[in-house]
Amino acid sequence: MKPVHQSSSTSSTTPAASAPEGEDRPEVRIQITSNPLYLSGTRELVAGVSRRLGFTEEACSQIALAVDEALANVIRHGYLKAPDKPIWISLYPTKEPGSSGPFGDSCQACSLRIVIEDEARQVDTSVIKSRDLDEIRPGGLGVHIIKSVMDHVEYVKRPAAGMRLTMIKHRSSSSADCAASGSGNGGACCAPANAKDRPHA
Amino acid sequence: MPENANNSAELKVRSEKRDGAVLIIPAGEIDLTSSPTLRVELKRVQADKPARLVIDLSAVPYMDSAGVATLVEAMQAARKSSTKLVLCGMQDKVRSIFEISRLDAVFTIVHDQNAAMGN
Repeated sequence: MKPVHQSSSTSSTTPAASAPEGEDRPEVRIQITSNPLYLSGTRELVAGVSRRLGFTEEACSQIALAVDEALANVIRHGYLKAPDKPIWISLYPTKEPGSSGPFGDSCQACSLRIVIEDEARQVDTSVIKSRDLDEIRPGGLGVHIIKSVMDHVEYVKRPAAGMRLTMIKHRSSSSADCAASGSGNGGACCAPANAKDRPHA
Repeated sequence: MPENANNSAELKVRSEKRDGAVLIIPAGEIDLTSSPTLRVELKRVQADKPARLVIDLSAVPYMDSAGVATLVEAMQAARKSSTKLVLCGMQDKVRSIFEISRLDAVFTIVHDQNAAMGN
């Protein structure tokens, strides 16, 4: 795992170059190769960041699980298990609107947007869906798990190459998050209210 | 990358025979990297078609869908060989993925080894 340094020599297909105009910068961005060896470290990082942003332990586990499943899908289905292809993981914490501090006084972060990008083969986004759970068979659970634990999930084709998955987890999705923060304004403290809460294509 | 970041690659799987049953005890995270280790051991012990196969997950802090798929394969093989497959010792994080996948009602899941062995 290595940090991505922005520079003028960035490849034309990197997230930095392909990001829509006006997009905010991620507060954490890492690049890994498509080697399953790095799944464990990546989910530890994501869970650790989520924890520091104020998510409950349960939510941290769910976020890490969603990232793990998403990366596994890229490795298996996107890159067909080739272990040396790039994957970028970007984290965008969303602050409470109107907060005075960097993360507000009541909630450290209102939501966390995670963007996973690759240069794998592009797929028709309409075919990316949960499978029928009544069918008991191994495999095919990844998308269902991601959609179950995250509040927003969106797959799009990247303009240059590969796919972009945007996932959002709101702290308001668990009332315990806000209760634990002692904000006193319940779920409203984390209600998405600005443009940053919305995924971008 | 921290030195312990490849924990999942260090999954250890121990098996033993006890009271006519086979007990499998994986220790470590079960994900895309490590699930083949568990799959190989399960296939090895299931080749003997034991009457009861107990998988103690108490030392598994994390499992993703690759791990779940491995256990679904084992369950399907167990059904073919009339083996009673029982999972026990699930930690909350692991149990939640079974619940999300609605597999908690498909597997026989009990609290601990004693219950799993039918004691």
